[in-house]
Amino acid sequence: MQRALKILGPTALALIVLDVIMGLWVTPPDEVQGDLVRLVYLHPALAWVALYVAFGLAALSSILYLWKRTRSMTFDRLAAASVEVGVVFTVLTLITGSIWGRPTWGVWWTWDARLTSTALLAVLFIGYLALRRVPADPEVRAKRCAVAALFAAVDVPIVHFSVVWWQTLHQGATVLNANLSPKIHGSMAWTLLLSFIAFTTLFAWMVLMRFKLEELTTEGEDAELAAAIDARQAEGVSS
Amino acid sequence: MWRDAWLVASRDLRIEARSRVALWQVLPFALLTLLLFAFALGPKPGLLAESAPGLFWLSVLFATVLAAQRSLAIEGTTATKDAARLLGLDPSGVFLGRLGALLLEIVALEAVLLAGVTLFFHVRVTSWAVLIPSLLLAAVGLCAANVLYGSLAGEARVRATLLPLLVLPAVAPVLIAGSKAFSSSVVAGDGGSGARWLGVLGVFAVVYSALGIVLYGPLEES
Repeated sequence: MQRALKILGPTALALIVLDVIMGLWVTPPDEVQGDLVRLVYLHPALAWVALYVAFGLAALSSILYLWKRTRSMTFDRLAAASVEVGVVFTVLTLITGSIWGRPTWGVWWTWDARLTSTALLAVLFIGYLALRRVPADPEVRAKRCAVAALFAAVDVPIVHFSVVWWQTLHQGATVLNANLSPKIHGSMAWTLLLSFIAFTTLFAWMVLMRFKLEELTTEGEDAELAAAIDARQAEGVSS
Repeated sequence: MWRDAWLVASRDLRIEARSRVALWQVLPFALLTLLLFAFALGPKPGLLAESAPGLFWLSVLFATVLAAQRSLAIEGTTATKDAARLLGLDPSGVFLGRLGALLLEIVALEAVLLAGVTLFFHVRVTSWAVLIPSLLLAAVGLCAANVLYGSLAGEARVRATLLPLLVLPAVAPVLIAGSKAFSSSVVAGDGGSGARWLGVLGVFAVVYSALGIVLYGPLEES
């Protein structure tokens, strides 16, 4: 894991720097939106990571934890790390969307189905994180959190299909549309793809870091407990 | 399962009949929220009547969380849980029993709140055929979600703050569909098709009840 962290961190940084250079200086402005289109090299990638990668991984890990044959605390920690990073990416998605919305729609926020369901998703997973902080036996907490993650993940397909099911201000999918025919081409398409790879790599690095931190916390707690037991036993011997 | 459900429901209702927490605390709180909404919006009859569907359901939502906290507090003590296990009660039956008792309280609360919005917000019902099923289906969904999330929220010392955070975003579809169905059933409403929203409420009620029956046991065992 240490090796993966050493590779992923600098790789993510390099890819994001390249994405910024491509997005700001190499790609042309849009005919209609002008320079505002450059947010497309940031916002969709953040949304991709939050909705599909982070919460998808959290849901998968939760299923694997709940299934008795694959039950392991590793999946619980992986789900926790994914949700934590996913919430950060969801909030960034909402912020960048809002920055785009102000000049385009004239408002920072509108009660659009895509925006509302995304905000709801963020709150649902914040509830998951709150549930994780409730003091409980680790296995009890893992089971409760796995169920809560699956309940919350039900909102992910609602967010995805919101632009199809309801009439929304938010545009439909540019790449992952029903016909699977991307509506973006040339250097813009390549930069968009680069942004997806860059932020997915960043997500992987952040999740691994958070996972490692969780493991170290558990090890620290176990060591503290063992030291406390030893101290108590030593007291008993000396008395 | 049904026998256990009846036992648990009658126990919860008996405790409620003796303590009268729902009557003297939850119901006044719900009516108070209606009054406070009216204070916040100002004394404009048109605006109040137009806002009544959403405000009615917000009051029901908040009151349901309070009532569920009370219901969970009864069941939440270790001794009660142990007693239920020793008696060999079916967990699905316990879930249904608690759902049934809470449902009865919430339906009664909805009836009083409906009288409240009629009186304070000058709402006149035009379609009982849509309104009554929507009130019942929404109550089932809300109660099932509250009992289920209550078992997730764990111990009483954190449940008071955690349960609203977990359950309120999850029951957002009930708030939207309930408000739309209500709105289509009253004079000042938008006149939309309420039957469509009954479907949403029905699906929510069935899904959460089914999830509760399946998951309540494993969650309580943990």
